Amino acid sequence: MPLWLDLTVRVVAVVAAFLVLPLVVGQAEHKVMAHMQARLGPMYAGGFHGWAQLIADGVKFVQKEDITPRDADRRVFELAPIVALFPYLLVFLAIPLGPGSLVAQSMDIGLFFVLAVLGVGVVAVLMSAWASANKYSLLGGLRGAAQLLGYELPLVLAAASVAMAAGTLSLPGIVDAWSPWWLLWQLPAAVVFFVSGVAEIRRPPFDMPIADSELVFGYMTEYTGLRFAFFLLAEYVGIVVIAALTTVLFLGGWHGPFAEQLGWLWTLAKTFAVSFVIIWMRVTFPRLREDQLQRLCWLVLVPVALAQLVLTAAVKVLT
Amino acid sequence: MTVADALLLALGVIAVGSGALVVTSTHLVRAGLYLVISLGAIAGLYLVLGAELVAWVQVLVYVGAVVVLLLFAVMLTRAPIGPSDDLDRPAWPALLVGAGVGLGLAVLLADAFRWTVYALPEPGTAQRMGEQIFGGWVLPFEIISILLLAALIGAIVLSRPDIGARTGEPAED
Repeated sequence: MPLWLDLTVRVVAVVAAFLVLPLVVGQAEHKVMAHMQARLGPMYAGGFHGWAQLIADGVKFVQKEDITPRDADRRVFELAPIVALFPYLLVFLAIPLGPGSLVAQSMDIGLFFVLAVLGVGVVAVLMSAWASANKYSLLGGLRGAAQLLGYELPLVLAAASVAMAAGTLSLPGIVDAWSPWWLLWQLPAAVVFFVSGVAEIRRPPFDMPIADSELVFGYMTEYTGLRFAFFLLAEYVGIVVIAALTTVLFLGGWHGPFAEQLGWLWTLAKTFAVSFVIIWMRVTFPRLREDQLQRLCWLVLVPVALAQLVLTAAVKVLT
Repeated sequence: MTVADALLLALGVIAVGSGALVVTSTHLVRAGLYLVISLGAIAGLYLVLGAELVAWVQVLVYVGAVVVLLLFAVMLTRAPIGPSDDLDRPAWPALLVGAGVGLGLAVLLADAFRWTVYALPEPGTAQRMGEQIFGGWVLPFEIISILLLAALIGAIVLSRPDIGARTGEPAED
């Protein structure tokens, strides 16, 4: 295959995944929430079980008036949703789908790249919070920044444990080195990574920055129409990214029966299973209070992650 | 001029330009955001030079953490939207010092290397980096670790009034 064709195929595949997977997760959220809370959920759009609801939502968002508050800092306000969305698109490049070269961009330091790029999301939160010229937005943004900075620590420490166990920072390399025993050995790291990952994407029960009963809608309060839809899309892409990373780092990615042929299917199935758990958590748990949120991070997750690092190092040295 | 040269120049212009905006902008928070662009462009420079790991460290540490802390602090204290006209910035001394240092460094570098052309070293993979840090540079690495640990302990002591040196005894360590 010539280089340009190869490149085009990869870019198109990443953009397609970026556009389709979040919609699937969004639809799943509608349906899962409806079933778990014994309510109907959207049932009309499209006829069969309201399958077209998300498309209708999209059309609605496009039609809505795009309002920028008078006192807002216009440029920063308009840029923030794009800054929120863009890092996730980059992360998609590095996530391996199957064995061999079934990854958009094989990187020697893929894990590091992913963590670095995810960290940029905080800037978008602060930008939208400040530029909205709204007290609720600012409060939400400050909560968000404190939360994201705090939870990045256990996230990185847990990921470091896997990198140490695999002896590489490359994401396909980590999946290659994975063996079922890791499910037990790296279990604390997996739990820490998953929990702080959910906190990183500000999903309930970690949605203190949004907290609709206290802060209207946090840093997104002033956004309407397409820009709000961008934030919403970023949230769903975030679910896919965190689920995919948990899959790749801790659940063995493409490992499973017939991994050579069906590896990509295993990765997708595991990713959706983890996404389901994230939706499940939203439906099940009440929102944490701000002090509980920080307490969980600094007094539970960080020590557990550090203990896991010691354990990983000990096992690596002894075997 | 190769593609890499053009990219280096473009990123350099972005980095210097947004750096200048950081110190000249009268919008406090926007200055912080320009700093994001400037540091991001420097990460881009590292990428073009093949130092992938350093580039992403730059993004993780500077864009994702240092600037965010800076913005956070500004927003906690005073962050008006729009220009603030009461900033006391000694423009002329700053210009003198900044331009002097910039010019001096440029002359020094230009004089040191003249027209010598160096081949780029091979791309800095994580493995090469690790071998260097834990091989030849292990002593500086450990010294920096101790420095950071001391700073960490210092921060904890300062932020906790219940364990500080308030009793009058000189604090150990």
